[in-house]
Amino acid sequence: MSTLSVQFRLKLAAFELDVQLELPAIGISVITGSSGSGKTLLLRCIAGLERPALAYCKVKEIVWEDSTRNYSLAAYQRPLGYVFQESCLFPHLNVQQNIDYGRKRLRLRSNPSQSLDTVIELLNIGHLLKRSPAKLSGGEKQRVAIARALAVDPQLLLMDEPLASLDQAHKYEILPYLRRLQWDLQLPVLYITHSPQEMTQLADHLVLMDKGKILASGELQAVLTRLDLPLAQSQRASSVLTAEVFAYDAAFQLLQLRFSGGVLSVPHLALPKGSQLRVRIYARDVSLALQPPASFEPFNSLHAQVLGIMNQAVGYTTVSLRVGAELLLAQVTRKTASFLQLKHGQIVYAEIKNAAILS
Amino acid sequence: MLSPEDWTAISLTLKLAGLTTGILLVIATPLAWHLAYTQRWWKASLNALVALPLVLPPTVLGFYLLILLGPKGWVGQSMKSIGLDTLPFSFTGLLVASVLYSLPFVVQPIQAAFSGLDRRLLEAATTLQARPLDTFFSVALPLSKHGFLTATVLGFAHTVGEFGVVLMIGGNISGETRVVSVQLYDYVESMNYQAAHSLAALLVLFAFSVLLSLYYLNRGK
Amino acid sequence: MKKVWLSLLLITSSSLLGVTADELQVAVASNFSKPLEALATVFKASSGHELKISAASTGKLYTQIENGAPFEVLLSADSKTPKKLVDAQLAVAESQFTYALGKLVLWSSQKDYVDAQGEVLKKNEFKHLAIANPETAPYGAAAIEVLDKLGLTQTLAEKKVQGENISQTYEFVATGNADLGFVALSQVQKEGIVKEGSVWQVPDDYYAPIQQDAVLLTKAKDSAAAKSFLEFLKSPEAQKLISSYGYGLPKAQ
Repeated sequence: MSTLSVQFRLKLAAFELDVQLELPAIGISVITGSSGSGKTLLLRCIAGLERPALAYCKVKEIVWEDSTRNYSLAAYQRPLGYVFQESCLFPHLNVQQNIDYGRKRLRLRSNPSQSLDTVIELLNIGHLLKRSPAKLSGGEKQRVAIARALAVDPQLLLMDEPLASLDQAHKYEILPYLRRLQWDLQLPVLYITHSPQEMTQLADHLVLMDKGKILASGELQAVLTRLDLPLAQSQRASSVLTAEVFAYDAAFQLLQLRFSGGVLSVPHLALPKGSQLRVRIYARDVSLALQPPASFEPFNSLHAQVLGIMNQAVGYTTVSLRVGAELLLAQVTRKTASFLQLKHGQIVYAEIKNAAILS
Repeated sequence: MLSPEDWTAISLTLKLAGLTTGILLVIATPLAWHLAYTQRWWKASLNALVALPLVLPPTVLGFYLLILLGPKGWVGQSMKSIGLDTLPFSFTGLLVASVLYSLPFVVQPIQAAFSGLDRRLLEAATTLQARPLDTFFSVALPLSKHGFLTATVLGFAHTVGEFGVVLMIGGNISGETRVVSVQLYDYVESMNYQAAHSLAALLVLFAFSVLLSLYYLNRGK
Repeated sequence: MKKVWLSLLLITSSSLLGVTADELQVAVASNFSKPLEALATVFKASSGHELKISAASTGKLYTQIENGAPFEVLLSADSKTPKKLVDAQLAVAESQFTYALGKLVLWSSQKDYVDAQGEVLKKNEFKHLAIANPETAPYGAAAIEVLDKLGLTQTLAEKKVQGENISQTYEFVATGNADLGFVALSQVQKEGIVKEGSVWQVPDDYYAPIQQDAVLLTKAKDSAAAKSFLEFLKSPEAQKLISSYGYGLPKAQ
C-alpha cells in the first residue's frame, strides 16, 4: 500500500515540533489535539512553508524533502492543495479567477488530468464563478477555497480546520461534500480539526498530537477506543461503527442497520437498502448488563467482550468492548462497574440507548 | 500671463518629476519589500536612512551632493575616472538629487501597503504553485495598488515642489536645471511680483488638485 | 489716563537709557556681513551703541522692510534698492550714500588656472563658468557687462551656471563644480592676499561700479544712534577697515 511518511524536527522559540508519521496515502487522515499541539505547523512543514532542521517527506513513493540529502522541493513545486482556516481567497480576483490561479500555473508544466467541472459541480459553486469573494458567505468561500486547492491536481490535500470559521449550519452544508470528494477523487487528505463531529464523520485514520509530538496514530476506531488516550477519557468519548442498511420501519421511522456484531435500529429518515453508513455512539449512551435485557427493543442489545477497563476521575469507568469486528466504548458509573465485577475477556450485553447516523 | 521661459521651466519640471517618479518606483519597490519583511539588524538603520530626506533641510542634501558629486568628491572623481561628466549643473544631476530627495515619499506608502498585506494570501499563492516573483506580481502588487498610487502622486508632487536641492546643485540653467520653483524664486528676488503671482498660483492649483485627486482615489480605503 | 501716564513714563525712561547705549537694528546684504561685524566692534568701542545685525540677500531685506521689519539702517549690496525704499518713503532720501564699491574678480580654486589678464576666458577650455544671477545680484550684472565687453557673451552662453547670489556662486567654484567664476574680491582675499586658487582682478572700467549704498530707514529718522553710525561709516577709520576686506572706496562725495 502506498503511504505518506514524514519526519520533522523544528524549533520555534519555546515550541518544538518533533514528529514521525506513517499514514496511508488514501482516505482522510484527521489530525486532532489541543490548541498549540503543533498540528498546523506539521501541515506547514509538509507544504514546505517552514524550514525544519530535520525533514523527511515522501508522498506516494515520491520524496519531496530529505534534509539528510539536502534535498527539498520548494513550496511552489509540491503537488499539493492547501485549504486554510480562513479561506484566503484573493480579494482582487473573482471566484473563477481564484480557481484558475493555480490551474494556470499548473498548465505551464503539466497537463491537468481531470476537468474542473466535476469539482465545481461536487462543491456546487457553478453559480458563483463571476462573483467577488467579498460577496460570498462563509460556507461558499470555503467551498471555493477547496475547489481552488483541488484545481492544481494535487497528490495530497491539506486542510487546516477548513470549517472552523463556519457556524453549525454551514458546516453541515459542507461536510457531505468533503466526504464525497474524497470518494470521487481518490485523493489522500490530511485534515486538522478540533471538532469531534468532523473527526468521527470524516476520519479513516486518526492522528492525535500533543505538545509537538504524536500521541497516537491509527485507524479511527482503534484510536477512539484506546483507553490510555484523552479521547476515550473525555466526557464526550465516542466510538464509530460501520453498518449497512437492511430494512426500514416506516411506522416508527426506524432505520434497521446490520454490522458484524449484530443489528441496530436508529430513528432516521428512510435510506436505500444496502447503503454503507457510519454510526457514532457516545460512550455515555452505552449501558452494560450481565443478562440480555427483557426489553421491547431487543435489537439494540449487543453481545460484547470486555477488552479494557479504566477508571475516570469523577466516579466513572470507561470500558472498551469488542462487538463482532467492531470496537465500542461504554462509560458507566464506577458503582455499576464494581457491581458487574467487570474484568478483561468477560462477555457482557451492551445496550445502545442512542446512536447517530453520520453519513 | 506666462512667458515662454515659464513654459520651458514648467515642461522641464514635469519631465523631471515624471522621470524621478518612474525611477523611484523601480528602486522603491524592492526596497520597500525588504523593509516590510526583513527582520535583520539593519532594518531600523535603513528605515532611518530612507526617511532622512523627510527631516533634513533640502539645502543640507544639496550641499553634500554638491560636494560629493563635484570633481573633488569621490563620486565625481570616480565618474571622471571612467570618462563621465560630473553631475552638478546638469539635468541628470537634478534627477539623481530628486530621486534621493523624494525617496521616502515613494518608499513609505509602498512599504506601508506591503506591511499591511495578509501574509497568508502570499502563502496561499505559493501553495498554488506560484514562484516568489510570480506571487509578488500576481498577488502582492495588485493588493498594494493604493500604496503605489499614493507613492506615485506624492513622489511626483514632491519633486515638482523641490527647491532647495535644485538651487544648490542646479546652476539655474534655462531648459536644463531651471525648474518652476527656481524660476519663481528669481521672480521674487528680482521683485517681479506680477510674474511670480502667475507661477505661484499655478503651483498652488497644482498641489491642491494633486492632493484632491489623492484623497478622492483613496476614499473608502 | 493712568495708562497714558504709564506709557509716557516708560517712553521717557527708555529714551533716557538710550542716550548712553542704544541697540541699533542694522540690515545688511550678506556679502558685507563680515566687515560689518568688525565695524560694529569698533563702533561700539567709540560710541557705546550696540549693533544688532540681520544679514540676508538685498532682495529679501527689501521685502522684509516693505512688510514692517524693525530695521533702522540698511546696508544694501546695490544702490537701486535704497533708491526704491526712498521712493516708497520707507527711507530718508538725503541719508543715502555709497559706503563701499564691490570689486569683481574672476576666480578659480585651482592654482594658476586663472591668469592675471583673464585670457583664460578667451581660451574657453573650461566646462562651467559660475556667475551670480544677473537679475538679482549686482555682481552677476557686472559679470555680464565684463563678458559683453570681452565679446564673449555668446561664446560662453552654454557654459554659464548661475548661483542665486554671490555666496552660492563662490560655493560652486570653491567645491570645484565650476572651474572658475566671477565672484567678489572680498570673498577670496584677506588683507590684500588671495587666500586660495588663482585670480584675475577685473579692471574697474570693464563694468559699472558696484555701488553698495547705505540708507537710513524712515522708521529711525530721529534715531541719534542710527545717524551717528552712518557718520561713522564715512570716517577714515571705517573706510580703512572696509578696504581691508577687499572693497573699493567711493571717491569723496
